[in-house]
Amino acid sequence: MSVSGGETLARTGKVDFGGVLKDVNLAYVPEAKAGDYVIVHVGFALSIVDESEANKVFEYLRQMGELLELKERGP
Amino acid sequence: MKFLDEYRDAGMAREYARQIARVTTRPRAIMEVCGGQTHAIVKFGIDALLPQDITLIHGPGCPVCVTPIELIDKAIEIASRPDVIFCSFGDMLRVPGSGADLLSAKAGGGDVRMVYSPLDAVKIAAENPAKEVVFFAVGFETTAPATAMAAHQAAERGIKNFSMLVAHVLVPPAMEALLASPECRVQGFLGAGHVCAVMGCREYEPIAAKYRVPIVVTGFEPLDILQGVLMCVRQLEEGRAEVENQYARVARQDGNEHARELIRRVFQVVPRKWRGIGEIPRSGLGLRSPYEALDAEKRFGLAERNTAESAECLSGLVLQGRIKPAECPAFGRGCTPEHPLGAPMVSSEGACAAYYRYRSREPAQDVQP
Repeated sequence: MSVSGGETLARTGKVDFGGVLKDVNLAYVPEAKAGDYVIVHVGFALSIVDESEANKVFEYLRQMGELLELKERGP
Repeated sequence: MKFLDEYRDAGMAREYARQIARVTTRPRAIMEVCGGQTHAIVKFGIDALLPQDITLIHGPGCPVCVTPIELIDKAIEIASRPDVIFCSFGDMLRVPGSGADLLSAKAGGGDVRMVYSPLDAVKIAAENPAKEVVFFAVGFETTAPATAMAAHQAAERGIKNFSMLVAHVLVPPAMEALLASPECRVQGFLGAGHVCAVMGCREYEPIAAKYRVPIVVTGFEPLDILQGVLMCVRQLEEGRAEVENQYARVARQDGNEHARELIRRVFQVVPRKWRGIGEIPRSGLGLRSPYEALDAEKRFGLAERNTAESAECLSGLVLQGRIKPAECPAFGRGCTPEHPLGAPMVSSEGACAAYYRYRSREPAQDVQP
């Protein structure tokens, strides 16, 4: 996304939805900056995607696999 | 698209399903709360990927579906007035009230407009000062920040011809109502990730503790849902009943403080009737002073009413997770998205619409190769 300016409660930005650009209200994500990925609902950005948390879904699976293998091998 | 495609990886999905099968020792019934999750489950065939011991029960998380029939009738009454421009999300237009729907009010000469955001309705009000502009404010906590901002802007800008017919509902009281029912089969929940992005995860802790039920705040992509199921099953197998967060990339522990603050300023918690379920105490949002001046029910002096549901439509049982859509005798026969008997067949978050779209005519779409 990119930020277009405006006061805190009226700040808007352009968000790219896979090629389609839409104006989005940024009042609830004052910390958002250009390049961030945001979750948008009915024209409002509600959350900035946390890139460091984004890979946990893959790590969890790997840890699960290792954990179960250990259990099955037994002491 | 980034943060989307990688969560649809078929190999990882199968690996998740394999891990779920390995940890599951007995039958488990898990409810996904949100209609967006239901659609993903049915669209990607996630239920078919799971071991037979895991049953996914579809929850009531479809705001259009649970909006009471009396409010839809009131919406139609307001929309039919010659001095009114009535604005609504598109999903709501074809939901049947006791007789007609909003589209027929439009066909009958009412000025009914579909909007993408509540702020569009405020803009229409500013541009049409001679008309009363009414927004049908439907939604869960995810939509409440947008509605709150519309109320705030209209009040700040002194737009006197704007009002709202408010049907806002809250998720935690509905989960409690389901758990308190003697027919409840739900052993664990996949919590609604975007509701928690706004409200945070904390308000589920008393529910998990009181009913000894695991609640895993979960996202909307296939791998999110599968990880949510795995985390939930592990809790059940280990005898834990905690609130865990699968969707931490979007939903934080305290939610969005700016959004919660404006919701608190504009709304107060009120009792609300849920279509197909009945009245649930403290389960809705209503306008608080000074914003109550924007309340369309008061502005148009509409009488209270009590309307019976059509006996043909079993959407109440679907919304409580007591039957699957295809078990309803009207499903796909008397009731289709073109001619719906009930709201779950209309809404993009409704369970009946998901089954009709992805199951009744073609096999489920597989996760991306």
